[in-house]
Amino acid sequence: MSKERGALAPTTVPAARPGKRRQWLRLRLRNIAPFATLMFLVALFAAASPSFLSLDNLANILQQISVTGIMAVGLTFVILCAEIDLGVASVANATGIILAFFTAQDASVNIANLPLPGVVAIGLAVFGSFCLGAVNAFGITWIGIPSFIMTLAMLQIGAGICAMLVRGQIAYAVPKVIATLGNGGLGPVPWIVIVAALVLALAHIVLTYTRFGRYVYMVGGNREAAEYSGVNVRAVIAAVMIISALCSGLAGMLGVAHFGSAQQDEFDNYLLDSISAVVVGGTSLFGGQGGIGNTLVGLFVLGVLNNGLDHVNIDSFLKILIRGLILLAALIINVYAQRLKGQPEAGEI
Amino acid sequence: MSGTPLLELRAVAKSFGGVAALKGVDFTLDAGEIHALVGENGAGKSTLMKIIAGVHASYQGEMRLAGDVVRFRSARDAREAGIGMVHQELAIVPTLSVAENVLLGMQPRNRLGFIDWPAMIAIAGRHLENLGLIVDPRAEMASLPLGMQQLIEIARVLFSGARLIILDEPTSALSPPEITRLFALLERLRAEGRSFIFISHFLDDVLAICDRVTVFRNGAKAAGARVAEIDKAWLIEHMIGAGHHELEESYLGEIQLRGPEGEAADAPVVLAAEGLGLGGAFQDVSFIVRAGEVLGIYGFMGSGQLDLPRAIFGKTPPEHGILRIDGRPVRLRNTTSACRAGLAFVPESRRSMLFALEPLYKNMSISVLDRLARLWLKPKREREIARGHITQLSIRPPFPDRPLGTLSGGNQQKVALAKWLTFRPKVLMLSEPTRGMDVGAKEDVVRIVRRLRNEGLAIIVASTEPETVLSLADRILVMRKGRIAREFANETVSKDRLLAAA
Repeated sequence: MSKERGALAPTTVPAARPGKRRQWLRLRLRNIAPFATLMFLVALFAAASPSFLSLDNLANILQQISVTGIMAVGLTFVILCAEIDLGVASVANATGIILAFFTAQDASVNIANLPLPGVVAIGLAVFGSFCLGAVNAFGITWIGIPSFIMTLAMLQIGAGICAMLVRGQIAYAVPKVIATLGNGGLGPVPWIVIVAALVLALAHIVLTYTRFGRYVYMVGGNREAAEYSGVNVRAVIAAVMIISALCSGLAGMLGVAHFGSAQQDEFDNYLLDSISAVVVGGTSLFGGQGGIGNTLVGLFVLGVLNNGLDHVNIDSFLKILIRGLILLAALIINVYAQRLKGQPEAGEI
Repeated sequence: MSGTPLLELRAVAKSFGGVAALKGVDFTLDAGEIHALVGENGAGKSTLMKIIAGVHASYQGEMRLAGDVVRFRSARDAREAGIGMVHQELAIVPTLSVAENVLLGMQPRNRLGFIDWPAMIAIAGRHLENLGLIVDPRAEMASLPLGMQQLIEIARVLFSGARLIILDEPTSALSPPEITRLFALLERLRAEGRSFIFISHFLDDVLAICDRVTVFRNGAKAAGARVAEIDKAWLIEHMIGAGHHELEESYLGEIQLRGPEGEAADAPVVLAAEGLGLGGAFQDVSFIVRAGEVLGIYGFMGSGQLDLPRAIFGKTPPEHGILRIDGRPVRLRNTTSACRAGLAFVPESRRSMLFALEPLYKNMSISVLDRLARLWLKPKREREIARGHITQLSIRPPFPDRPLGTLSGGNQQKVALAKWLTFRPKVLMLSEPTRGMDVGAKEDVVRIVRRLRNEGLAIIVASTEPETVLSLADRILVMRKGRIAREFANETVSKDRLLAAA
């Protein structure tokens, strides 16, 4: 037997090195692929249009991704836990409309609203989004409804709240603080970009450096093992659903101010955008892998894509198809990356 | 060995990312032979099996089937060549009928293209009858005992035309009468000229049914012999190498249970269960565990001894009865409250305890994180603690940042234990702590458990393997159909007596 072993040694040893490099790449495919995509898109649009690569346009892109970004932060928590929240855009819309409903509107606005002081209106709107998140949390953790279905119901409930409150009308006024944050700027930098950056940074700190953040990753990585380790899995999942609703609420309030109006269905595109941002960024749909860094890259990929396609003067209907194809490609990479990482060398569990 | 062997492997080698799992192995299997494969976990048995069954397509060396060189590129190739595999976890569909399972993927169809039920039931019935299995082909698979399900899976593999069947731990979940039935079937098929590769940690079963045995150690063939010419001691010696005597006694002889003597007799009762009950799993279970004592709970599969620790740990809380810890009654609603009350549990499946993609230190710290950190994590302290466990339990490779999934099964089991050792729990419950482990790793577990007991921990070990309970326990409860049937304390007990009581 020793003879064969000796004969084999030369073939196995040199093979180890390229193997190692390949493995390094393999384990980081999740992080590398989105970044490479971003670089590629930037290079592509920069070559295609001289107006793309300018400071002004960067500011545009940043503004365009801010509302999506705040929503995507909440979704990142949810998806890291291997759950989903399809109600983000709807909750955002509802929160924005609740805010407008409790703000004094112009006489021309025909809504039976209930004007309250700005702070109270903001408080009620935040409380509203908290409640919607709590209902999600209750349905998923106590009743045991899969989050996919539960939040689908929430999508409808949010739309219902919007419809009831504005009855087809459009409201314009929001409390002054929110109007400033949504539309004003600190010097040249729009407040909404600053808020989005702060939310992303805070979420990153929570996920990376706090005990709760670790629990989020571990619950997503192996829910049963987390439970057998004494982690209160239900509480963690309830918490991420509420975090998601609160982020949506904030995005909704700022969005209403940013767009200058509060009406039904104005956030409809944001559900797909925010889910795309998280997934394109490389956070695993199976939970436990990824994070805010990935979401940030995902946001830029979407932002650059949406903005760049405007610069190259492309058929706006084709734009929709292209976005769909990019999302599909991201999903394929996402699942593929999971499979590669899921088969550690020779290890079995 | 006359004529061409049915299967012949020459100098087969396989490595994963530079680590050699098989180092040039020769192996032959004759027609009408049952050939046992024994060895520690990680010795290369499952790698070899996966090569034979076509799962691993890239390997070095040569495989001949009935004299012809073959190279399977997929499991389907192997199946078509007549090689079948019965896994430890059965590949049956529990919600379908017996007939559907036997003919899975080969259901006869009528002219309209629908499944021809009468024909299917008739074919399956005839096939099962030929094998001497008395079972209604219309019965739902899930309604049958595990042993029968396994026999039906073998019937299915045979029906698909296999002449060589790999059995992976076929007896691990079976009761003695079921094992007798399995062996009767194997003998009958052997007489018909079918061949089996019998992978097992149950050396008695190997000696009872096999013709030849090949022992693997460290990816190479350590020994081979005709079963008629060897005994258990020979097997153990070749599996683990010379000089491991702690385990041998539990495999071979009678065990003297350590009676309550001296201080141990009046050590405080840490855990007391009174009349615990949970649905159909167990009823009216009462027992106590003292500090510094290992209580073994033995029973056949489905006797409730594995449900019991899970229930006590709050995963599926008991519906009836009272649980006392240090004399005080406690209500455990979930695993979090169980942990706070000082309970610790390592379930039977490593998969449900560990995070394959996460590094070792995160795997170890997760269960004590609430005591290590309030708001902010302390990764330095986590790594420090992990390094302590790694040295103490000699976990290999010794790197706290290594993803857990890259460790061998035995080392993963040690990590699962280490999770609970940072802060001393009051009660440590282990389900099947040595299942599927090699002798060497088993011995490590025995040593660790004994050390913890000597340090005053109250320990519960639940298992379906008599050897596990015998090698670890100071006192043994035997469960039968969800109730405690007998207690062994302060007396000699052997595997036979344990089995007889179950």
